Amino acid sequence: MDGNLNALTTVFTEFYYWVTVVFMFLIHVGFCLYEVGASRRKNHMHTLMKNIMIIPLVTVTFFLFGWWIYWAFPNAFPGMGGISLEAATAYTPWSENMGTNMDDRITGVFWAAFLLFSWTAASIVSGAVIERIRSSALWMHAVAIGSFFWIVDAAWGWHWDGWMVKVLGYHDAYASGVIHAIAGGYALGVIVVLGPRIGKFAADGTPRDIPPHNSWMLAVGILLIYTGFWGFYAACNVPLISPEVIDGQIIGTTWTATNIYLAPTSLSAITFNFLMSLSGGLMAAYVVSKGDAFWTLSGGLAGIITASAGNDLYHPIQAMIIGAVGVVIVYKLHYYVERKFKIDDAVGAVAVHGYAGVVGLIIAGFVLWGAPSSPFEGYAAVNPLGQIIGALIMFGLLGFLPAYIISKIQSSMGILRIPLEVEIQGLDLGEQHTYETAIADINAATKAAMPAE
Amino acid sequence: MSTIGYKDWAVDMADVGAIYPFQGWEVAMTVVGVAFWIGWHIIQFRSESAELEAARKSGDPEAIKKAIDRY
Repeated sequence: MDGNLNALTTVFTEFYYWVTVVFMFLIHVGFCLYEVGASRRKNHMHTLMKNIMIIPLVTVTFFLFGWWIYWAFPNAFPGMGGISLEAATAYTPWSENMGTNMDDRITGVFWAAFLLFSWTAASIVSGAVIERIRSSALWMHAVAIGSFFWIVDAAWGWHWDGWMVKVLGYHDAYASGVIHAIAGGYALGVIVVLGPRIGKFAADGTPRDIPPHNSWMLAVGILLIYTGFWGFYAACNVPLISPEVIDGQIIGTTWTATNIYLAPTSLSAITFNFLMSLSGGLMAAYVVSKGDAFWTLSGGLAGIITASAGNDLYHPIQAMIIGAVGVVIVYKLHYYVERKFKIDDAVGAVAVHGYAGVVGLIIAGFVLWGAPSSPFEGYAAVNPLGQIIGALIMFGLLGFLPAYIISKIQSSMGILRIPLEVEIQGLDLGEQHTYETAIADINAATKAAMPAE
Repeated sequence: MSTIGYKDWAVDMADVGAIYPFQGWEVAMTVVGVAFWIGWHIIQFRSESAELEAARKSGDPEAIKKAIDRY
């Protein structure tokens, strides 16, 4: 770090990303509360542990190869230049940059910010499949989406050098597509093969509601996800950078915050738009669901997700309306797909993340039509067709398709779904029996130790 | 054409102000925002009135006693 201004900027940036990581941890806390609240008592601990173990599994694999993929794969698509080993040299697990290094104070926190996105992608899938998937099967999917498929899409469409940005003008500042559409599409690919929970559909195909065992826990979970989402938004920005460092078209000497593509935005802009899209989503969801708490809270999330693609640039009222429109579409689509295709999406993950993400990308293509997708010369401008193709790549090519194929393989090997008997009695029966036996045993021992009167 | 008023970022950031889409339409957007807000209250009020009326007429004495006892 040569010069105090450079040192100050570096340490500020390091601290900035560190704070976002701590905030984003709350997303996972929220998902744990949400999933356990949505599950029945007989499945609590397995539901919790299924989501908890995403943390170490995705972390380790994201260190070993996920982070390297982000830097090596921006042009890894036919005709776009291929994998760049040179650009990713610093991000191999054996690189000096991937450790305590006084010449690089940013890689660790930047890696961690992306890692927390990885947990989120995997956790979104985890919610859709509760109460009938084998944990081992889900953890394979968690590594697949968390440390491979989502980071490939990030390299393609969420990197200043990504081919989708250059060729399609793809714009997705706060990850409507690169996190939410892919995770929703992936979840759909798994549950199509996995099938519904026992009793979800009547003999005539009418869907039954399987209410959460604890609505409070579920509500607090979503509120924590909102809180973590603030950190997510901040983590998607570069907090402070000079035109010289960007080395693109921007002239002059005025420093700015940028989005992930290094194009100008500000924390103020995204704070306006986060809150207004949350509000638009909550209001629309309350009305369309007739005050249902689950859908109203999820609608707040879906409102943010729908507006996220363009929340670096939208006007706050645009963000509010886009959030509201997205929620109405998502709500209607969820019940249409459930009835038509007998899809049991236990927490509405496909709708809230997948459909909202797709709708958000397409809307951004129209509202931001012609806006520069990048500060670098020669990149396509934002346009509806580029966004539609981008949405198909995220939801379909990198989300639904690999999930469907992997799930089919798991299903054919008999390792996807838990046995019928276990699903009926509940995954926690063994632990519950041990727990009650232990309570009886320790109580008896305590009473036996009481002094005689 | 660019909805945000900039076709590229070949600009000095010191000279850049608003960059949201459809600048010049702020008043119209505010009208839309107010309509959305007022419309929400109207729809919600009507929906709640219908819900309360339905609930008022559907009281099962046994269910009410259980609800009271549940506290």
